[in-house]
Amino acid sequence: MLGKLRRLNRDVSKIALEESERLPSEERRRFLRSGLFTAGGAMVGGALAGVAPKALAATQYPPEIPPWTRSLGPGVVTDPYGVPSPFEKDVIRRNVPWLTADKVSSISFTPLQHLKGIITPNGLFFERHHAGRPEVDPQQHRLMIHGLVERPIILSMEDLQRFPSVSQINFIECPANGGMEWRGAQLNSLQFLHGMVSCAEWTGVRLSTLLQEVGIKPEGKWLLAEGADGAAMTRSIPMEKALDDVIVAYAQNGEALRREQGYPVRLVVPGWEGNTHVKWLRRLEVGDKPWMQREETSKYTDLMPDGTAHGFTWVMEAKSVITSPCPEMPLKNKGICQIEGLAWSGRGKVKAVDVSVDGGQNWQQAQLREPVMSKSLTRFSLEWKWDGNPALIQSRVIDETGYVQPTLAQLREARGTNSIYHKNAIQTWKVNGDGSVVNVQLS
Amino acid sequence: MFSFHKSSRVFTGVCSGFLLASMPMLGAAESVGHYGYGESPTEEQIAAWDIDVRPDGTGLPEGSGSVDEGMQVFETYCSSCHGAFGEGMGRYPKLAGGEGSLTEDRPEKTVGSYWPYASTLWDYIHRAMPFFAPQSLTDDQVYALTAYVLNLNYIVDGDFVANKETLPEVVMPNHDGFTWEDPRPVVQNERCMEDCKEEVTVSDSAAGKNLTPSTTGPLDEGITE
Ligand code: HEC
Repeated sequence: MLGKLRRLNRDVSKIALEESERLPSEERRRFLRSGLFTAGGAMVGGALAGVAPKALAATQYPPEIPPWTRSLGPGVVTDPYGVPSPFEKDVIRRNVPWLTADKVSSISFTPLQHLKGIITPNGLFFERHHAGRPEVDPQQHRLMIHGLVERPIILSMEDLQRFPSVSQINFIECPANGGMEWRGAQLNSLQFLHGMVSCAEWTGVRLSTLLQEVGIKPEGKWLLAEGADGAAMTRSIPMEKALDDVIVAYAQNGEALRREQGYPVRLVVPGWEGNTHVKWLRRLEVGDKPWMQREETSKYTDLMPDGTAHGFTWVMEAKSVITSPCPEMPLKNKGICQIEGLAWSGRGKVKAVDVSVDGGQNWQQAQLREPVMSKSLTRFSLEWKWDGNPALIQSRVIDETGYVQPTLAQLREARGTNSIYHKNAIQTWKVNGDGSVVNVQLS
Repeated sequence: MFSFHKSSRVFTGVCSGFLLASMPMLGAAESVGHYGYGESPTEEQIAAWDIDVRPDGTGLPEGSGSVDEGMQVFETYCSSCHGAFGEGMGRYPKLAGGEGSLTEDRPEKTVGSYWPYASTLWDYIHRAMPFFAPQSLTDDQVYALTAYVLNLNYIVDGDFVANKETLPEVVMPNHDGFTWEDPRPVVQNERCMEDCKEEVTVSDSAAGKNLTPSTTGPLDEGITE
């Protein structure tokens, strides 16, 4: 069969060559180019057509030789911008329809159960929009820096990219990640429980570089960041943080920001709640006091049981979660398995992660997988021999400040159940005897 | 209001010439305008984009609006989502009610029960509402809507007229309900490794609750309520 195809291929080429012999040189060259190309195209179709009638075996592994080994695939630039294999079609961001009034001010969740490293692919980075995703024309977009500064400026995106740039890998987490679970276990899914965290390499200009360029007046203690979307999203950021590690980012994992992530420019405020990373950034104003915007008073403040609320709770405290097994990734076999997961801290590096398989009675230190970077997702794993009995598995991160991830009971004790945000409690997965995994809470 | 305890301690403790030199703002090589990129905005350009309003009234424009005027504008542009009295339609936010509910099992956080500053109301309506057409209202309309929403929450009387003098004077019921300093970490877990607890009790499970959208196949569009 294969031999026949090859022979046929050679024959077509030979005929084409002979035909071209009779043409003037210029036309001959053109004929050869187009003729051979068409012949090649026909061969690809012919090869597949030739295979089809012979019923494909149910499996394509040894001793079978699969059809993709006996044919040609589509050529380069079939997908000028590459897309995942169709077999990965389930690996998508998903939303919880009953959670918000509409999809315009809403959330989608990263499929953490499918991710293999610490970098979230750009198309899978979680989304949180307050007024939908604007279509910003980078030629028309401007970033204005003004207020208590010596020299206010308006920057085009070209201007911005002339400044010295830096790249750093940082997670972004919405402080409402897991916020549906304060009162009890509701959702049975890693994606929906923890998928409002993602991690990317961000490239842009240090905010300190820009602030130095405009010159902050001595009274300038706060910064207001504002987006160009229909929410004109705003947050107040204290100057100490602004001058520390914040970047005005225009690229994400090596390419321009995705529109969902604030194209053409956003703020990245490492380790701080996602809402401060203002997308579609159009304005930075230096002031002497915070602005007390809706997103730092009505929202993103933590209500305590005594009725008072904590504002300006910017840092995302250390958190970890086992990503395999999880409800979406049950255990299929008894025996040795790798418990794997992700850990992160808004205060710096992950120092250690412990794993328990008995609901927190006993713990073993897991291995951290390089790279371990500040304010970045960090992988951990622990080898475990599953005997087929039900188990309660948990992970617990310790960050470089010595902070130990709390239990849900401890968090509830301190914060009640109505603070919505900053639920960084230890997650418990119950592994059933059949290997299925369920989200449970311990008292 | 807010201070950096930890960093300021480090700062005074180790603040030598070496550290100063490495601080971006203090004594670094580049000076203001070093790169010289971009344009200098005109006053007019700044004014058009500088829309934020602060609790002390900074940023509030000329103009005014009464509760009565606000009621009409609200009916036209707002009540379809927020309800005629700010009670909220479907899952759209409630703008009124919930007084005294913050300590209850199901607190209702609204402008009246939760918001610490009246200025935020003007700022937010002006920048983001009505939801389908942000930044489409006149300053007078925004003043009127602010007056109306405050009145719905019994914070101002029916004859209240909002303007840049009266609005900063309004004291919100929950003005003192916030602390603006992060108390965390408030929970100190211990890194116990062995025999950490006597018994383990599962108190709740997501199994069988049927709240989880599908995590395979196409997107789950259905509303599960
Ligand atoms: C199409 C529906 C819709 C209309 C019409 C609408 N809003 Fe809203 N409103 C929303 C949504 C949705 C939010 C929450 C936005 C978000 O998630 O950021 C909101 C939020 C608000 C809030 C903040 C609530 C809080 O507690 O944080 C205020 C105040 C408000 N709207 C006032 C108004 C006013 C005044 C009008 C009329 C000019 C208006 N809205 C018209 C949908 C609407």
